[in-house]
Amino acid sequence: MSFLAENFPLIRDAFLTTLSLAVVSGICALLLGTLLAAMRVSPVPALRGLATFYVELFRNTPLTVVFFFLAFGIVYIDLQFPSRFLTAVAALALYTAAFVCEALRSGINAVPAGQAEAARALGLDFRQSLTTVVLPQAFRTVVPPLGNVWIALAKNTSIAAGFAVADLTALLQRLSNSAADELALVFVAVVAGYLVITLPSAYVISVLERRLAIVR
Amino acid sequence: MRITRYAAGFAAAGLLLAGCASEAGNQAEEAPETTAEVEEVEFPEGSTMAEIVEAGELRVGTKIDQPGFGLANTAGEPEGFDVEMAKLIAAKMGLSEDQITFTETVSANREPFLVEDRVDIVVATYTINDKRKELIDFAGPYYEAGQDIMVAAGNPENIEGPDDLAGKSVCSVEGSTPAENIRTNYPEAELVLYDAYSKCADDLRNGNVDAVTTDNVILTGFVAGAPDAFELVGNPFTEEPYGIGVQKGEDEFRDFINDVLEEAYENGTWAAAWDKTAGAITGTEAPEPPSVNRY
Repeated sequence: MSFLAENFPLIRDAFLTTLSLAVVSGICALLLGTLLAAMRVSPVPALRGLATFYVELFRNTPLTVVFFFLAFGIVYIDLQFPSRFLTAVAALALYTAAFVCEALRSGINAVPAGQAEAARALGLDFRQSLTTVVLPQAFRTVVPPLGNVWIALAKNTSIAAGFAVADLTALLQRLSNSAADELALVFVAVVAGYLVITLPSAYVISVLERRLAIVR
Repeated sequence: MRITRYAAGFAAAGLLLAGCASEAGNQAEEAPETTAEVEEVEFPEGSTMAEIVEAGELRVGTKIDQPGFGLANTAGEPEGFDVEMAKLIAAKMGLSEDQITFTETVSANREPFLVEDRVDIVVATYTINDKRKELIDFAGPYYEAGQDIMVAAGNPENIEGPDDLAGKSVCSVEGSTPAENIRTNYPEAELVLYDAYSKCADDLRNGNVDAVTTDNVILTGFVAGAPDAFELVGNPFTEEPYGIGVQKGEDEFRDFINDVLEEAYENGTWAAAWDKTAGAITGTEAPEPPSVNRY
């Protein structure tokens, strides 16, 4: 146990890095994903096509490749992120947004067509009917799939360890070499770090799911 | 009917593969002979050397991803300075090159392979240290590496040694000994840690880091690959003596390997092996051979 106590600052910093990676890129992915979902159901063909292209591009590319591109590829077109943490946030957010979009779109499709028709009959335009009638109902139905996306994101942050972000997985690599005799404890600490993020999330998701369920 | 057709397909593929394999074999035979000359020798009854000669096979663990030391060629056979050392030892036991069985050992499984008797010797850029000596024994050293620094060509930041790294960003691999050394002894350097040295090289090329640090033998490989982009500081600040791992308590075998090494130092086969492998890649002359440590 003294080993864990000695290395507590390291473990804490690594945990906070993983947590902030997940939260910041989660918020960005939610915003971008919502925008993409709106584009995919919009009446403008160009927007629909653009959003579909985006989703298929990022949903079908391995996350590691996205990381590689943002870390080492965009230099060749004279672009650069100010820090490696932001590179990781961008990669995670761009990738996860595609999944958020698809989850949301399934929710939008689950809202009965009569809702949108009624909104239009009342004189709401596309933006108004989407933001005040369709999306609020869509979000309620997609709490479980969005929860899945969030948990997957929290675990996907581990790829950032390979791209110079000192997260929990990077700590595992570091301590498994320098403290090889305490390997079991290192594993416990790192796994616990991830579980502290994902298990309460799973609980909150199930509570939200029950609270927000639409009784039809 | 369909099954027969599949079977025919497999058979055809098999023939094709066999063809490729034999072709590779021919190429290997045509390759120029090594520095090692096979000799007839007698070993005392019951010694490890006698047992290996009896079995007609020397099992060698080596790396296959380390240019200059142990790198698999297109035929899948390892080549490099480590491999030459193994061939020298085999030759002195009267074994031909065909009687050497190479097994890949990565950094993490070198001790286990010896302890579990899956290989007779490990020649794999294997640093001698006391922690490893608790599990296995070392012959050699046969080469002395050291932690060094690689910078962008022209050395724009004027880095001459580890002390100049203060306030500079330096790249290495998470979990490696060089990274740990910088972290403990040069805490003012800003460490950037990837999971592979190739990413460090990319970052140095892009100007995202000021330097890359690890064993000089790894860095010289990068410099040789891109002499326009990289430059080696050439001021090693740690000592990494590479030894040949044998199973614990094999003192007789260890003495034998040490004799082989010392003879090779003297008659120039060691230097010739260097010129042919690591020296050919880096363009450096064979260094002064390290003195063997018979502990």
